[in-house]
Amino acid sequence: MTTRPAPRRTRLPRWAGAAVLLVLGAATACSSSADGDEAGAAGSGSAPGEPSGTVTVFAAASLTESFTALGERFEKAHPGTEVTFSFGGSDGLAAGITGGAPADVFASASPRTMKIVTDAGDAAGTPVTFVRNRLEIATPPGNPEGVSSLKDLTGPDLKVVLCDEAVPCGAAARTALDAAGLELTPVSYEQDVKSALTKVRLKEADAALVYRTDVRAAGDKVEGVDFPEAAEAVNDYPITLLEDAPNAVAAEAFIAYVRSGEGQRVLADAGFLTP
Amino acid sequence: MIPADPSGARRKGTLKGAGPRRRRAGAGGGRQGVPLLLLLPALVALAFLLVPLLALLVRAPWQSMPEQLTSPAVWQALRLSLVCATAATAVSLVLGVPLAWLLARTEFPGRGLVRALVTLPLVLPPVVGGVALLMALGRNGVVGQWLDAWFGVSLPFTTAGVVVAETFVAMPFLVISVEGTLRAADRRYEEAAATLGASRFTAFRRVTLPLIMPGVAAGSVLAWARALGEFGATITFAGNFPGRTQTMPLAVYLALQSDPEAAIALSVVLLAVSIAVLAGLRDRWTTTP
Repeated sequence: MTTRPAPRRTRLPRWAGAAVLLVLGAATACSSSADGDEAGAAGSGSAPGEPSGTVTVFAAASLTESFTALGERFEKAHPGTEVTFSFGGSDGLAAGITGGAPADVFASASPRTMKIVTDAGDAAGTPVTFVRNRLEIATPPGNPEGVSSLKDLTGPDLKVVLCDEAVPCGAAARTALDAAGLELTPVSYEQDVKSALTKVRLKEADAALVYRTDVRAAGDKVEGVDFPEAAEAVNDYPITLLEDAPNAVAAEAFIAYVRSGEGQRVLADAGFLTP
Repeated sequence: MIPADPSGARRKGTLKGAGPRRRRAGAGGGRQGVPLLLLLPALVALAFLLVPLLALLVRAPWQSMPEQLTSPAVWQALRLSLVCATAATAVSLVLGVPLAWLLARTEFPGRGLVRALVTLPLVLPPVVGGVALLMALGRNGVVGQWLDAWFGVSLPFTTAGVVVAETFVAMPFLVISVEGTLRAADRRYEEAAATLGASRFTAFRRVTLPLIMPGVAAGSVLAWARALGEFGATITFAGNFPGRTQTMPLAVYLALQSDPEAAIALSVVLLAVSIAVLAGLRDRWTTTP
């Protein structure tokens, strides 16, 4: 998984650590000072010197293309660093982090999944929104059914796929449909946004509600149709340094890079909205 | 049935203490002492298979179980699962038994290859099977586009699509099982029927089929169980819509994203149904005479 040594401490929220410290004094002094050494080097951000070593970033699947590109640029800008990614569903990544996976940075596709990590006391500081994503209607190339609005999707002969409401894109679709006051019966609630998009790419479905970035990433295989109600269901993407970051210095540098003008330009090119 | 005496006696001599106990335990079974080198891995295997299932029961939300079980959504998914698995087994029987007969009783060039191809879905990841079905029977599929144009039939996103997906992964189990039984069955009965004037089909229907019934039954149970648990091909080919294509495994997977407790409860239900069916069928159908 990582080149770092095994996690060095038992996993406790910060307040619990403080409480234990008060009660047990000497017993926890060792572990808290061990914590302090690394946190001190990283936490304040005043640590001198260039970032180096490996940064491990857990990022939402929808960030795959843009973060991979950002990682390469970051490595070029900071020789001696290496950015490794674990892309996946935000829920799974959050579960991994609270379960003790050694990561430096978490970039999630929804505040809800980020909250799982902050509630567990695994985030260092407050997460910040670095991009937003909005829904778009994906249709096959040339838009053969002439879809131009969300309302067009409710036509009886149209095969529409949505994401299941258990996953973020499905929840966003529900919000947008509610905002428009529309009832839409899809042919399928897909398990994630990519499989919803795939059904359109294979022309099995006539339309799907997916993210702008997914439409952009699919190139000319699908055509995107923007709709005003999407503004009601904009997804915030929060990013944070993790409490147990093995390489906090480089991690903070990476987060700063993602939020920099250059980083934001790469993300905007992928279809993300800047906050 | 009586164990070979000399070896039994010798064993008894070498395994002092363990001997009499084992003999009692294995009375009439011809079992004399289990080598530790076989016993230990066997127990590990048993634990490996059972511990996850027990863990499911330990962690099941028993308090909220009645609530989960009375939810219409669960029953909808369970009913759909049972109906589709049964339909897939029926289709597998109607088409699979003749295929098994063809493979076991006839000679034709490339039979070995055909046999290997039949077993391919056994080793193929089910998601690949689902993609393959989309390519073949999807609205724009190689065959599917004609189904759509001529008959207005489109299988993806329909309950029929679920049955198709489940049949695709389940039928090979039945074919392999029946073919094996056919090969083991005594052909002289069929030959006798033929010399008495029965046509080959009559011989198959009146002689062969009753003869291989245990194999057919065992194959059906295997196919049914495989269809009941089918996930990858179903969600890929038929999508996920409650009451139409959302079978229990799909419901479990999606519940896991948002409500793990519900997912565990659904898993327990599926586990209970599987155990009940296998236990109910075991004595009646799957034991060979």
